[in-house]
Amino acid sequence: MNPSVDALRATFGNAIGRAAEASGDTIVYVARASLSAVMAWLRDTPGQAYDYLVDVTAVEYRDRERPLEVVYFLRSLARRVDLRIKIELDPRGELTLDSVVPLWRGADWLEREVYDMFGISFRGHPDLRRILMWETYAEGHPLRKDFPLRGRFSRAEQVRQALAAHPEAHYSMEELSIADAYDELPADMKERLRRGERGTLPHSE
Amino acid sequence: MKRVLETKDVAGQSPNYLLARVQDLVDWAVNASRANSLWPMPFGTACCAIEFMATAASRYDFARFGMERQAFSPRQADVLICAGRLPFKLAPVIRRIYDQMPQPKWVISMGACASTGGIFDNYAMVQGIDTIVPVDVYVPGCPPRPEGLLYGVLLLHKKIKGESLFDGVPRRDEAVLDERGLRLPPDQINEISEPFGNSVHQFRSE
Repeated sequence: MNPSVDALRATFGNAIGRAAEASGDTIVYVARASLSAVMAWLRDTPGQAYDYLVDVTAVEYRDRERPLEVVYFLRSLARRVDLRIKIELDPRGELTLDSVVPLWRGADWLEREVYDMFGISFRGHPDLRRILMWETYAEGHPLRKDFPLRGRFSRAEQVRQALAAHPEAHYSMEELSIADAYDELPADMKERLRRGERGTLPHSE
Repeated sequence: MKRVLETKDVAGQSPNYLLARVQDLVDWAVNASRANSLWPMPFGTACCAIEFMATAASRYDFARFGMERQAFSPRQADVLICAGRLPFKLAPVIRRIYDQMPQPKWVISMGACASTGGIFDNYAMVQGIDTIVPVDVYVPGCPPRPEGLLYGVLLLHKKIKGESLFDGVPRRDEAVLDERGLRLPPDQINEISEPFGNSVHQFRSE
């Protein structure tokens, strides 16, 4: 069992639910309300240092009584330790969670995928919209168990809606321009842009 | 060739002149040139594209059949080869590529998924690209071996050589899409998208 579990219990008490071990990985259930605090603690506490969010996904079980689970795969690159955090959500209740994008930027698309496939929204996500299905997709969230395998609409309606979509809407360069990314660029790249090495600076400082 | 040319025997000697209708001669020349210099536009989306690449590479080498130049631009292509499954998200893309190809143009649907949806009888997949674009040759297989694709190409040659410029029939549906935004009537799309074979025993979607 990963020693982080005991440390979590000591720090957060009742917010930490049961813990299990599966195939050498430790799984900890965390109360929904403490998600942000627990994640920030796991990332920033020196002895923990889970600096890498490997994946965010969700599971809905065939058993309708079981809750929907959102799963966070954490890894500490320096310590080479993995930890899995699970949040249980009642599928009949409100499917909302705090976003972890403020902690790990890489969670952006992962949470969008969970939203797209399961309909779970993430509070505080900068750009929560569908990522795999197109944005006008109206049939629901395909990986939910109540979603019919072949979709809700007739095949003709599906073909009609697909053909009505604008094929370039999702692949435009407007989605991320160098101007949007400028603040995030490494210093040497900023310097090269400032010198005008490649193109010109989109907005001068 | 047999249909076009008619030789005349003169008193048991070797034929010394030929008879042919100009129409047939023109059709023969045009079709032979078209069939023997097809420029394929590869639209590879899945594992079929790997077999397509094998077909194009030196061992099978479809350049032997005139497909020397692969056109990665639809505007310089004759034959669209859809190699692999087509999700609904790509449906408007392949339709636009097809619309951008100049006449005359043909489509080969390579593999089970492109032809029927294959094992992907689900919410995300087009159940046969013929609901999106007209198809000339369906190549079965999962994926088809290069020999299969080459056989499909040869069948397309045969089809092209049977076409005529003078029969008054429009060669292909030129209309982009009808007012509903479809190329087939909705009930026909529903019918050809129905599960068949083993898929009818699939109960998970109820």
